[in-house]
Amino acid sequence: MAELPKTPLLDELEKGPWPSFVTEIKEAAKHKASSRDLLGLLERSYRERLGHWKHGGIVGVLGYGGGVIGRYTDLPQDFPAISHFHTMRINQPPGWFYTSKALRQICDIWEEHGSGLTNMHGSTGDIILLGTTTPELEPTFQALCAVGFDLGGSGSDMRTPSSCVGPARCEWACYDTLGLAHDLTITFQDELHRPMFPYKFKFKCSGCPNDCVAAVARADMSIIGTWRDDIKVDHAKVKEYADKGLDIERTVIRNCPGKCMEWDGATLAIDNSACRKCMHCINVMPKALRPGDDRGATILIGSKAPIVEGALLSSVLIPFWKPEPPYEDLKDLVRTIWDLWAEEGKNRERVGEFIQRVGLGNFLSAIGLDPEAEMVAHPRENPYIFYAVGDKE
Amino acid sequence: MADKVSVDEVAEAMYKQVASAQGVKKLKPGDLNKMMAEIYGDRVDRDTCKLAIRKLIESSRCVYTYFGGSYIELPHRESAEN
Ligand code: SF4
Ligand code: SF4
Repeated sequence: MAELPKTPLLDELEKGPWPSFVTEIKEAAKHKASSRDLLGLLERSYRERLGHWKHGGIVGVLGYGGGVIGRYTDLPQDFPAISHFHTMRINQPPGWFYTSKALRQICDIWEEHGSGLTNMHGSTGDIILLGTTTPELEPTFQALCAVGFDLGGSGSDMRTPSSCVGPARCEWACYDTLGLAHDLTITFQDELHRPMFPYKFKFKCSGCPNDCVAAVARADMSIIGTWRDDIKVDHAKVKEYADKGLDIERTVIRNCPGKCMEWDGATLAIDNSACRKCMHCINVMPKALRPGDDRGATILIGSKAPIVEGALLSSVLIPFWKPEPPYEDLKDLVRTIWDLWAEEGKNRERVGEFIQRVGLGNFLSAIGLDPEAEMVAHPRENPYIFYAVGDKE
Repeated sequence: MADKVSVDEVAEAMYKQVASAQGVKKLKPGDLNKMMAEIYGDRVDRDTCKLAIRKLIESSRCVYTYFGGSYIELPHRESAEN
């Protein structure tokens, strides 16, 4: 076995009780030249405070424009084993449920064709396989396909839809997040593999407003479970929480953003018409409170992390939607939005930025939706608009 | 209304656009769709454009590239490539 490079700066990242990616790369470096070179390159970058990767270009598998992110080092003479070190994104199963057999198959394929290093999972949700060469891309893809996996999205395409574990494990799920994410993935295969948009487009499906996949902050279209009837209350269980010492007034009532709860020491009252469906009270007293029975989802649009422009949070597009397979109403809406954005969007403009540029009113009228009060993110701030006495509503 | 233009013809027209832009301007699939609409008007639709791009890529006459966004270009050696 070749000796590992000296890495005094990286070694600092192995100190402390937490897991270390440096330790993992060192482990892989015992049998992979690429991991040895990766350690050497990273140490050098830390020493010089300079990145040594080149990004992008023409790599991919035949027919697909997404799923492979080209990476080369600019020091191939010093680190030949990572002269190419491309990333492959693999479409994760909805909710990230795997059998141990499937995980072994992925790891075996990647040991054979790549560095063996993985990132489970990337921020979009994909399985990230880190580091292979151009000639190994197609054989890796074929091997993955043979065991039922496919590439995910990258570039200006629909990114791999992701979902929380939803009804598979979570009692709060207001709809089948896994079913919807899977259906969107299958329906929009063309959009996933063949970049055709001004920029990326992400779907994220959360089963309730706890929003475990952070859809509201990270997805171009967020589908977040909610309900529209009353919160279900088990008063005996509420009392049990109080008897066991939970300070309901301080912990629940005063933290309710709707200011719609009252607790007189014996009975919990909720004005459901003012409930914001934030889940706070349910999270604090899960045995006593539950979402209502009339469950569905809110569809939101336009969030993104800061890349070309700053971060955006989603805005409400459809306040309440009943998700029912085959979800044609949602798919029609998505196609209409994509057509408009593809036609009018600027290069590298996310759909949320596009809406900001053209204005929500114009966007809504172009896609044929009527404005609704829930779409207003916050009250008007412009002080130069006055209403005459007698103006209604 | 005149007959719809065929996928093959659109693919050929797109290929010409990509070839003449090579090294000068990177074209996105949306740019090609708009160019086809200018040339063929309502004789071409988005689905035909999609199929034409697919044909160009699957025949390897064109490739997808990534430089911050995704583009369609003729196959060439990248300056980033080692
Ligand atoms: S988002 Fe809600 S339904 Fe989904 S896993 Fe989290 S708590 Fe459960
Ligand atoms: S869900 Fe939120 S807004 Fe609604 S009653 Fe509970 S704490 Fe208040």
